[in-house]
Amino acid sequence: MPREFEVMVNGARIGVTEDMTALVAIFLSGTTTLRRSVSGAPRGALCGMGVCFECRVTINGERYRRSCQVRCAQAMDIRTDE
Amino acid sequence: MKARAYDVVIIGAGIVGAACAWACANEGLRVAVIEADIVGGGATGAGMGHLVVMDDSEAQFALTRYSRSLWHRLATELPEEVEYDSCGTIWVAADEQEMNAVKRKKEFYEARGVQAEVLDAKALRAAEPNLREGLTGGLRVPGDAVIYAPCAARFFIERAQSRGAELYLPCVVTEITADGVRLNDGTAVAGHRVVNAAGTWSPMLTPGIEVKKRKGHLVITERYAGFAKHQLVELGYLKSAHSMTTESVAFNVQPRRTGQLLIGSSRQFNVEGEEADVNILRRMLARAAEFLPGVSRLSAIRSWTGFRAATPDKLPLIGPWPGRENLFLATGHEGLGITTSLGTAKLLVDQLLRREPEIPIAPYLSSRVPESVHA
Repeated sequence: MPREFEVMVNGARIGVTEDMTALVAIFLSGTTTLRRSVSGAPRGALCGMGVCFECRVTINGERYRRSCQVRCAQAMDIRTDE
Repeated sequence: MKARAYDVVIIGAGIVGAACAWACANEGLRVAVIEADIVGGGATGAGMGHLVVMDDSEAQFALTRYSRSLWHRLATELPEEVEYDSCGTIWVAADEQEMNAVKRKKEFYEARGVQAEVLDAKALRAAEPNLREGLTGGLRVPGDAVIYAPCAARFFIERAQSRGAELYLPCVVTEITADGVRLNDGTAVAGHRVVNAAGTWSPMLTPGIEVKKRKGHLVITERYAGFAKHQLVELGYLKSAHSMTTESVAFNVQPRRTGQLLIGSSRQFNVEGEEADVNILRRMLARAAEFLPGVSRLSAIRSWTGFRAATPDKLPLIGPWPGRENLFLATGHEGLGITTSLGTAKLLVDQLLRREPEIPIAPYLSSRVPESVHA
């Protein structure tokens, strides 16, 4: 069984397992707007495989991480729409 | 139903063809623009969109300065999506030899009425804190600017259309005839004059033009507002741009109004493939990091390639093509077509209407004797 722990998504505690990506944690938190276009339009994950760059979020203070390419880790701090 | 009888048929809706279309339509000429792909889809969309005065030769200086002044006049009319940004250029000098070149450049510009300011090492760092320590100085040219060129091309086309110009798209011209052009579906589009503004494709329609493809790579980053404040170009860029050898890279970074950075540049001859070359990208990014060490920590989101339409003497071909009395050229702008599109359009219209141009036309005629490049 994969390990279970919590990550933070926009300040909320979300229970995940270690085989989930940060994107899954974000979806579990109920958020679908991950970032904004230059004109302010909401953007969300499209391809889920690292190609479209639409799932970029801030992870542990580092901006522009592709959340679909990052595995969850204990106490990870994920922030969307920054 | 399209008129099928034009005063001018322009082949190519890159920024040069688009600017020519607008200029011709403004004079009341009946204009057709024929584009094989999309507006601004070739070198126009692949390049940086730097509006820059260059001094490789007197003729290049005259055309870039003239064109930049036309951009200045147009700036307030440009729609938002053109992203006009009067950020200026800093030519960066890495050593004393390049600093001497900065001083010569300053004198050259000043003598010809173009504002430029010499920066010492300290002033350079103050202007661009992300440049590495130990650079010798630079030359700031505040009148230079940046645009998003494909949207400028589209704006020119729309203006031309509002003056009656007709856009054929997507339509491929296969032949320039004595009374217009022929399309690949056999249709003839009749025109009194034909303008070949097809960039890298122009030699296919007008064999004998000395225009060769010169490949370039670009990278664009995420948004990092304020990372660079001017377009930053190494003075050594001239060595790269002048080199007619097979490949070279140079530090050339442009801040976009979105906060993104465009990172260039590369030049390669005799390469046909459109794919990005990882080794060239690596060299280009390493060169950028030599000047802006922080670049290595930024995230890039796209890279792509494009082809410049290069002539042997670095000057475009603007004007009649000898031996074909209905044919005019507006091609061969290499890396300066965004800047010089507006000047090209003026010079072309002046020739079509047999008017006196505002700058001497001789250096851009295909019949020219090449001026030696001095820089």
